[in-house]
Amino acid sequence: MSAIDPYILSGVIIVAQILAIVVPLLVAVAYLTYAERKVIGAIQLRKGPNVVGPFGLLQPFADGIKLLAKETILPAGANKLIFILAPMLTFILSLIAWAVIPFDDGMVLADINVGVLYLFAISSLGVYGVIMAGWASNSKYAFLGALRSAAQMVSYEVSLGFVIISVLLCVGSLNLSDIVMAQKTVWFAIPLFPMFVVFFISVLAETNRAPFDLPEGESELVAGYFVEYSSMSFALFFLGEYANMILMSAITAVLFLGGWLPPIDIAPLNWIPGPIWFFLKIAFVLFFFLWVRATMPRYRYDQLMRLGWKVFLPLSLFWVVLTAGVLVTFGLVPA
Amino acid sequence: MIQALAFYLFAAVTVASGVMVISSRNPVHSVLFLILAFFNAAALFVLLGAEFLAMILIVVYVGAVAVLFLFVVMMLDINFVELRQGFARYLPIGAAIGLVLLAEIFLAVGAWTVIPVTADSSITPIPPMNEVTNTHALGALIYTHYVYLFQTAGLILLVAMIGAIVLTLRSRSDVKRQSVDEQNARRPEDVVEVVKVGRGGGV
Repeated sequence: MSAIDPYILSGVIIVAQILAIVVPLLVAVAYLTYAERKVIGAIQLRKGPNVVGPFGLLQPFADGIKLLAKETILPAGANKLIFILAPMLTFILSLIAWAVIPFDDGMVLADINVGVLYLFAISSLGVYGVIMAGWASNSKYAFLGALRSAAQMVSYEVSLGFVIISVLLCVGSLNLSDIVMAQKTVWFAIPLFPMFVVFFISVLAETNRAPFDLPEGESELVAGYFVEYSSMSFALFFLGEYANMILMSAITAVLFLGGWLPPIDIAPLNWIPGPIWFFLKIAFVLFFFLWVRATMPRYRYDQLMRLGWKVFLPLSLFWVVLTAGVLVTFGLVPA
Repeated sequence: MIQALAFYLFAAVTVASGVMVISSRNPVHSVLFLILAFFNAAALFVLLGAEFLAMILIVVYVGAVAVLFLFVVMMLDINFVELRQGFARYLPIGAAIGLVLLAEIFLAVGAWTVIPVTADSSITPIPPMNEVTNTHALGALIYTHYVYLFQTAGLILLVAMIGAIVLTLRSRSDVKRQSVDEQNARRPEDVVEVVKVGRGGGV
């Protein structure tokens, strides 16, 4: 019995840690939908949700209960297993990536050596949820939406990868905590500012957000790949999409905005604990997501592809070479 | 104990999904089982401590190659019943080829001798695993001892890529394309004309 005891103990601790990450994350997702509607409302001189609860604060829960109470519809021609698997996959992938995100010094569920690669691998899997949903629905709108989304996500991943490489060149490690600690003197958003911009725009395309939300394209594709989904299977896509937005904002904060570090390491700023700084940075990036959605018109599809392959790819490739050259020339290569 | 359990779990799922790749009726299911097999292979790499290889396996094979597979298979319009018809007829040929391959593998592996230096260094890798991460160790080897082989591999891939482009690229004269530079260079004063239209007259 005593041989198994340590496994049970560490298992309980890990489950508790997972819950400590996932529960606040789901609450954050709920309130991100609320924030989105409020921010877009303010930009468009409307009030946004203000009926359910004080200031409409209970609106996300009302929406959630509404979705739960609806009927799950399986289209007759659908491939049943894959149809049900796809939203689950999307949702799971948006959660498991959080395992390697550091919230503070040492405050991370799995402090693995290849954290950045893990994140990159998980985000490159996101496309499967979309393709499987589009194909299994057996509907042309869903399929076209899925094809668009797959092409878009695969294209922007390439420049995303090069941006990450130029950050890694400055750090010399794939560990996310090391990446944050390397930004103690200056956040990478300042020396690598062009890459910061490229990264943010690529992230918009990767998460299928406006102005790159062609996969959803409600004016021509009804709602894109999840047009056949209803009730909780739709809700899982929705939750996954918003959890992915928060995840991508967290990655942006870790790679470019110094993670849990205060902007300057002086007295009143470094009293504030790290997780709060991290939360503020995520909220800052998320606000940009909402701001862009409220103010930008949707891209045309060929322009989207041109931007990814002909502008961002050469630019980020050039920047990798430039970063490497500068680091070698001035002897700044990290050991 | 947990490690052994994990190994048998991942290995069993890898083999089972490998069998399902060739035996499932729907090609899309085959590709999805292939992805499952890649995944479990990556998990086996993690158990070996080869974390970098595991992540690269997922990023490259699952994240890129299998997406293209899935893309192609989903777009194909295949009659599955027709595809199955010749199965019994082709089975002997397929089985013969498989047997020959198996025999070749056995002959090759049986005659395999590892030079002593490599055998020694694989028992005690230099540098030891707990001092340097996978990524550093691989980089230090690939970009020093094996740099020419590495570059050659890159060139071969480049040739394949150029070949694919040459085979599929055709310039069509009947397609209207947008020239973005030209578009951006247009000024309102050059292309927009404000006309005062008199009552009853046309433009």
